[in-house]
Amino acid sequence: MSPEADKKNWVGKSLPRKEENRLLRGRGKFSDDIKLREMLYLRFIRSPYAHAKIVSIDVSGAEALPGVVCALTGTEVAQQTQPFIEIGPDPFAKIKDYPLAVSKVRYQGEPLAAVVAESPALADDAAELVQVDYDPLDPVVDAENALTNKSILHEEAGTNLVWNGIFEYGDVEEAFRDAAYVVKVDHLHFHRFSSTPLENNVVIAQWNPKDERIYYQCNNSFPSFAIQFLAAHLGVHIDRIRVETSDIGGSFGIKITSYPQMAVCALASRKAGGRPVKWVETRSEHITSSAHGNERTFRDTRVALDKNGVITAITSRHIDDCGAYPRYEPLGCVIWSQVFPGVYRFKNARIDFSQAVTNKCPVGPNRGYSRMQHLWFLERVVDICAYELDIPADEMRLRNYIRPDEFPYTTPNGCVYDSGDYPKMMQLAKDLIGWDDWKTKQVIARKEGRLIGIGIGTTLDSGTNNFGQSQIVNPFLPYSGNSQGANCKLDIYGEVVVAVGSCPQGQGHETTAAQVVADVLNIHPDLITVRTGFDTERNVHTGFSGTYASQFAVSGLSAVHGAAQKLKAEMKRLAAFALETNEDDLEFGTGAQGPETRAKSTGKSINYWGLANLVNANSAALPPELYELTLNCRYIWRAPFKVPDTKKKYGSLTLTYAAQLHMAVVEVDCDTYIPRILDYVAVDDCGTVINPPIVEGQVYGATAHGIGAALMENCVYDAVGNMLTSTFSDYIPITAVNMPNVKYGHIETPSPHSYSGAKGMGEGGAAPIHTISAALQDALFASGIVIDDSFNNADSLFRALTAKEISQADKLVKVEKRV
Amino acid sequence: MPEAVEKVTLQLTVNGKLHSLSVEPRVLLVELLREILDLTGTHVGCDTTYCGACTVLMNGAAVKSCTMFAVQAEGAEVLTVEGLEKDGELHPIQKAFGDSYGLQCGYCTPGLMISTLQLLSKNRKPNEKEMRKAIAGNTCRCTGYQNIFKAIQLAAKNMNGA
Repeated sequence: MSPEADKKNWVGKSLPRKEENRLLRGRGKFSDDIKLREMLYLRFIRSPYAHAKIVSIDVSGAEALPGVVCALTGTEVAQQTQPFIEIGPDPFAKIKDYPLAVSKVRYQGEPLAAVVAESPALADDAAELVQVDYDPLDPVVDAENALTNKSILHEEAGTNLVWNGIFEYGDVEEAFRDAAYVVKVDHLHFHRFSSTPLENNVVIAQWNPKDERIYYQCNNSFPSFAIQFLAAHLGVHIDRIRVETSDIGGSFGIKITSYPQMAVCALASRKAGGRPVKWVETRSEHITSSAHGNERTFRDTRVALDKNGVITAITSRHIDDCGAYPRYEPLGCVIWSQVFPGVYRFKNARIDFSQAVTNKCPVGPNRGYSRMQHLWFLERVVDICAYELDIPADEMRLRNYIRPDEFPYTTPNGCVYDSGDYPKMMQLAKDLIGWDDWKTKQVIARKEGRLIGIGIGTTLDSGTNNFGQSQIVNPFLPYSGNSQGANCKLDIYGEVVVAVGSCPQGQGHETTAAQVVADVLNIHPDLITVRTGFDTERNVHTGFSGTYASQFAVSGLSAVHGAAQKLKAEMKRLAAFALETNEDDLEFGTGAQGPETRAKSTGKSINYWGLANLVNANSAALPPELYELTLNCRYIWRAPFKVPDTKKKYGSLTLTYAAQLHMAVVEVDCDTYIPRILDYVAVDDCGTVINPPIVEGQVYGATAHGIGAALMENCVYDAVGNMLTSTFSDYIPITAVNMPNVKYGHIETPSPHSYSGAKGMGEGGAAPIHTISAALQDALFASGIVIDDSFNNADSLFRALTAKEISQADKLVKVEKRV
Repeated sequence: MPEAVEKVTLQLTVNGKLHSLSVEPRVLLVELLREILDLTGTHVGCDTTYCGACTVLMNGAAVKSCTMFAVQAEGAEVLTVEGLEKDGELHPIQKAFGDSYGLQCGYCTPGLMISTLQLLSKNRKPNEKEMRKAIAGNTCRCTGYQNIFKAIQLAAKNMNGA
């Protein structure tokens, strides 16, 4: 390939998004926009109890309503299907997870029956006619209580403990023996929230009894994972399941776990004689019963530090709450260890990690999945140590950061951080926020009795998983590495058409994929059609295809790049034949007759139609030695991973490490206790940027989610498992009036692990949660408050600041000074 | 029982086109638009008047069509996102949202553009506070609003011919 033809033109440009044309005109195709002939509508009947035996279900009243086609109960589903696959090992692998509850319900909102009717309104009417008798059981809403096993959720497992493992590296005992300071933190708590995409889950399923084929049109965001669960559950060949996604109105991971509802819709369609069945989730259903992010408690943390405040060891006990059914779990029990030391250099650590089921909504991979909880924990630990040892929070971090000259950096558990420069990010953030000015203003404000804090959050967005880490939670799982597929073809008339296995929800994959192909072929991106949205029948997907876990820029675009290069190589062979020259003499570009391949020596050219025609319609002119060319090139990109050492829990778990450094100035109002953001900076490093405004937009979006989660968004359950925040009036997503202006900055440390230097990004490591906790810490440490929860609003701050015993810090945190 | 539900007749103008229909009284305006008129650019996000994905203009005022019965729009002029473009040319607000990267998944965008239209038709040069207030009832989960603020400012500038 000539260097000239491969020079980068479009990657790195601020190209307008190809997606906008339809979305701005109201012509997007979201799942609920799809109407099919003879379509029926499904509504679930859901449990009002968090934990109860189902004594009886009577659907006869609903079935008698004119316009109702059928009803479906958990018992029926259990007779027709296998329980869903469990990812984790025994004894929890023994549990029976069906998409409709069978003999008992385990969380409020759990579906236990469904009705199918000719219209959505009729389905609503019918659902109200279903009679269920319950016998309430003791609910368990706290993971630590659940581990006492006083009330068991899944009798088949005989325990509420889903998984436990010790992650130990280095020499912890020695580090504590030699420590100048030991800081002990009794407990910290990361709260439950959900990124609540604006479009709810939608499933349309058609199970045609004639050809035993199930056709889904839906907004699941990891269909290749869903079909593996569905095929085993429904007892059908995986090739018989077609999943098609179109425009998706946000997912943030939450739509990965919609496969139970997908199963019910298929079974309902079969029962209705093969008519298509549509289910559109309501917002309340979404908040109470789709998926929440993982809640996590951190107990008995001990930190060893040297005399300069450099952390040498951490030990801690982490208890993760996965709700009523593990589903995607216990993968979260290992995924956090992709960022085991966070951005810090400490080598010695022991984390005892457990996960428990509780009578709450099951969790799912929510933006920042499993890593953000751990990164928040580390940022709290670093911050608490800084304040206790009276070291400025910025200085504390600089003393502990992995240094720029240490990359690629191997973490104690064998992960390889590709590149980064955290001190440079901090300096840029300080410049953008006006650090010194704010420090001066803070001193003046404090004299006036105002509570103002400046916080730093440094975090990581690890992208492109090694699925081999799943073998750390269960050595029998058949997954490792990571792969993505793409297809690049010249169609019959020479159109360049790219298909990818992702299902984007606003990340601009059509645009960035076109930029990559445009560079390979040296043509304008407008000349490239990108088919996005998942479709099993395009045959481009692998077992890992979907859109999740901050990876498209690496795995997806590497696959696109590979497919485009494969196509280009075929085009060269064809053009060399057609133009009677050798391949080195060829160049790619656009001429009078559109995109073409030219012979530099003669100036003769053949356009894409001419090339495509040789293969497709003018094939008598093609010599047999070129018969193998198809101009329809599928490429599978594979990440260069090895299976981790599952006993030592050691190995490379992720390919790229984007970093975020945020700073916030927060004031807590002394009268109302309302925390208000006065200034905010987000500095991002995701390596080489493919399309700057797309990256910037993702940073803003992740920032809004983090700020919302830190101050406004909390899934609240009462003591008996009632969910108290089931609408957008109670579970309040951040609005235009709450969202501060964000000052954006970025640096680029290109990744040596991707062909383009890009790192996967988009999740953002929940930087604002760490940052706002740190800012509140800075504002309130003098008042004796240690921020021990990731969620802080006026109510919790009021309680903390007006608590009678202001010596809470003494209880929560203890410092042993040995120097 | 469904057979017993008496339908009511309704006349309204949507995107300049007059419709005479008969609908069940319980049909919501957004259901009329999406299910009966097949104008699926208007979306439903929360069912409770909070998120604004269903915002349309009714007689010049932005309303949330998920919390209105269709029959309440009797005789009204309704404008949805599909009515913003003219002869295939994007409205300056649509253009500004695109140019400013003011959307990601695009689910909230139709409602946001309608709220922006209401704002800019009453206030040609909104300040930041007015702009934020005007879209306070429109939730966006993707953009963090930063590029939406830029889009509104750009649209205001372009519509004023500046």
